Amino acid sequence: MKRHLISAADLTRDDALLILDTAEELARVSERSIKKLPTLRGRTVVNLFFEDSTRTRISFEAAAKRLSADVINFSARGSSLSKGESLKDTALTLEAMGADAVIIRHGASGAPHRLAGWVHGSVVNAGDGTHEHPTQALLDAFSMRRRMGRLDGLKVAIVGDVLHSRVARSNVALLHTLGAEVTLVAPPTLLPVAVGTWPCQVSYDLDAVLPKTDVVMMLRVQLERMNAAYFPSAREYSRRYGLDRDRFARLHDDAIVMHPGPMNRGMEISAEVADSARSTIVEQVGNGVTVRMAVLYLLLGGSESAIGGTE
Amino acid sequence: MSTILIRGARILGADPRDILIRDGVIAEVGERPGGREDHRVDQIVDADGLIALPGLVDLHTHLREPGREDAETVETGTRAAARGGFTAVHAMANTSPVADTAGVVEQVWHLGRTYGHCDVQPVGAVTSGLEGRQLAELGAMAESAARVRVFSDDGMCVSDAVLMRRALEYVKAFDGVVAQHAQEPRLTEGAQLNEGEVSARLGLTGWPAVAEEAIIARDCLLAAHVGSRLHVCHVSTAGSVEILRWAKSKGWDVTAEVTPHHLLLTDSCAEKSPLGPYNPIYKVNPPLRTAEDVRVLREALADGTIDCVATDHAPHPVEDKETEWAAAAMGMIGLETALSAVQEAMVETGLLDWAGVADRMSARPARIGRLAGHGHPIEAGAPANITLYDPSVRARVDPTAMVSRSRNTPYEGMTLPGRVVATFLRGRPTVLEGKLV
Repeated sequence: MKRHLISAADLTRDDALLILDTAEELARVSERSIKKLPTLRGRTVVNLFFEDSTRTRISFEAAAKRLSADVINFSARGSSLSKGESLKDTALTLEAMGADAVIIRHGASGAPHRLAGWVHGSVVNAGDGTHEHPTQALLDAFSMRRRMGRLDGLKVAIVGDVLHSRVARSNVALLHTLGAEVTLVAPPTLLPVAVGTWPCQVSYDLDAVLPKTDVVMMLRVQLERMNAAYFPSAREYSRRYGLDRDRFARLHDDAIVMHPGPMNRGMEISAEVADSARSTIVEQVGNGVTVRMAVLYLLLGGSESAIGGTE
Repeated sequence: MSTILIRGARILGADPRDILIRDGVIAEVGERPGGREDHRVDQIVDADGLIALPGLVDLHTHLREPGREDAETVETGTRAAARGGFTAVHAMANTSPVADTAGVVEQVWHLGRTYGHCDVQPVGAVTSGLEGRQLAELGAMAESAARVRVFSDDGMCVSDAVLMRRALEYVKAFDGVVAQHAQEPRLTEGAQLNEGEVSARLGLTGWPAVAEEAIIARDCLLAAHVGSRLHVCHVSTAGSVEILRWAKSKGWDVTAEVTPHHLLLTDSCAEKSPLGPYNPIYKVNPPLRTAEDVRVLREALADGTIDCVATDHAPHPVEDKETEWAAAAMGMIGLETALSAVQEAMVETGLLDWAGVADRMSARPARIGRLAGHGHPIEAGAPANITLYDPSVRARVDPTAMVSRSRNTPYEGMTLPGRVVATFLRGRPTVLEGKLV
C-alpha cells in the first residue's frame, strides 16, 4: 500500500483486493457485541471537512473510533476559496498537532494532492470536487462482491451525472482494475467530452443497457444542473434516465441497485426501487464503515493481523 | 560621447563580426571596424561564441503596477525583461486602476523611463475598467506622451461583437491595433484546464478550444469587414492556427502571438510533473493544451502564420499559487526564460534559425506595436538595441535566481538551453555578463 489513498486510479489490483479482504475480516468484528479494536490506539486521525457531509464524516469517525484512534473533527467551511485560512496553513496546523492521518473532503478537485505535499501523515481523500471519492468506490466494490459473489466480469451500469461525479470517476477506475465491465449511461451533456478515453463503455440509452446489467448504480442529479442547460427539466430527466418501477422490471432477477446517497427520490430513483430488497443502499452505509476501517488500518496499522489482539 | 566595441559576435548566428556602437547608434559592423587599435573605445565587450540578436520586444507583459506591487513593479518587471534580453515591453492594461485613461498610461510610461532597464510601452484598455460596456478614451491614450497604439482588455475578452467592431473601426484613425484575448465567456465559466482527456480525469472544469477559436473567427471577419488591424493574443490551439491561416490567405490585416509556454508545455503538466499533480504553477489562461496543439503552434510560428512570440509574463505572489488548483491565480512569469524556451522549442528542433528568432521576437512584434526605435537589423545606422546570447550552455531553471518579484515559473526544475549574457538599450548596457548593470 502507498502512504496515501487519494485516487482509486492509484490502487493496483493487489492493493484493492487487500483492502476488500481486510474489510471482510473486519466485518466479522462488527458482528460482535464489542466492536472495538485496539489497533490504532494512540494514533490521531483528523476529519478535515471543507464541505458539509455528515454521512461521510460520521462513517470515517466511526471507522477510526472502532480502531481506537483519537479523532479530531475539523470542520472548515469557508475554505481559502472564501478568503479564510489557506489550505496550506490548515495543513501546517494539523501537522503541528501530530496528525497521523488526515481525512479530507474538499470542494476543489486535487485539494488532497496539495495537502499531501504539506503534511507528513497519511492523506485519505473523502471526496474532492468533481475528481474522486475512492473510499466510496471501495465500499461499492465491497458491497457488490458481497451480494454478487464476484467482481470479475460483473456488468455494472453507472447512470446519471458522470461529468460532475467523483463517485463515477473512482468507480470507473477501481472496477476496471478489479475486472468488472462498466457502462456509463447519461445524457451526452453530462458526460466528459473525453469519456471515450476511459476504460468503459458509454451509452445514452438506459433501457437498452438495463437487461444486460448485473449492477445498476444511480448517481445523484443536482437540480441546479437543469438551470445550466444540461437537461431541459427534472421531469424529462426522470423519464429518460430515472430508475422507476417499469425500468426496474427490465433488470434480470439477480441484479442489484445501488446509490451512493443522498438520493433524490422521484428524480433519479423511485421510492419503490430504493426500498426494494434488491437495493443495497442501506447496507452500503454499513459497509462504508467497514471499508474505511480497512483503509485506515492498512495505511496506519502496520503488519499485525487486522483482528489480532481484540479487547 | 561613449563608444562600445562588441568583439566577435555572431550576428543572427553568422560568422563573428565586431560591432562598434557610438552614441547609442550602431556605427559600424565589420571584421575590424574603426581601423586598428588606434581609435578611442570606452568599453570593449568580448562576445566570443555569443550570438547577437536585435533587442527583444515583448508585446504582452504584465508589470502589475499600479495596484499589485506585491507581485511586480515596473522596476522589477523591466529588470526581468532586461535579464531576458528584452529592450522593450508592452505593459498590459489590467492594472488597478486599469490603464484606460491617458493619466494611467502616462504614469506607467514615465516609470519605465525613470528606471531605464528597457522601454515600457503601455497598452491601453479597449473598454473602461475592462468591463466590456463602453469604449475607453482610446484617442486620448493614443495622443498622450505614451503614444499608445496597442489596445487590449487582456485578461478579459471583448466579447460583445458590436463593441469589438467599434473598437476595430475607431483605432484606424491613429493606426492602432486591437489585441484580443480570445475567450468566449459563457463557454468558459469556471474553466480551469484545457477541456480534454486530462481535465476529464482530473475533474477540472474544461476550457474548450472552441471558446478561443469562435472569437478569433468572428474577430477576423469583423476586422476584414471594417478594414482594420486585429492582433490575437496568446494563440493556444491548432484550430486557431487554421483560422488565422485562412484569414491571412484572404489578405486581411491579422497578426497573432504565441507564448513560450504554449510552445513547450502541455496540459499533462497538471497531472504528471515533478512538482506533483494539481500544481497551480501550471494554471494559466488560456490553458496549456495538448501535444498536438504544441506541434501545430510551433509549425505556425515557423511558417509565419503566427507572427511573433509574446511572453504573457504574469507574476503572482507565492500565496496566490500555493493553494488548491481552483483557487489559484492564472498565469506564469516568462520574461527571463523566453529566449531559452524558444531555443528549446524552435531552434533545437530545427524549425527556426537565429534570423527567424530575431524576426519573431524583435522585428515583427516591434512592427505590430509600431515601435519605431526597436526591431531593426544589427547594421550601421540602427539604434544599438542588441542582445548577446550564449546558446551553448544548459542549466536547471532556478526560480530563486530570478529578478522578477514573483517566482511562478513553470520551468522550475527543468533544464533549458541558453543564457542572455548582455543586453544593450540604445548603446547603454542594461545587462553585462548575465548581471544587471
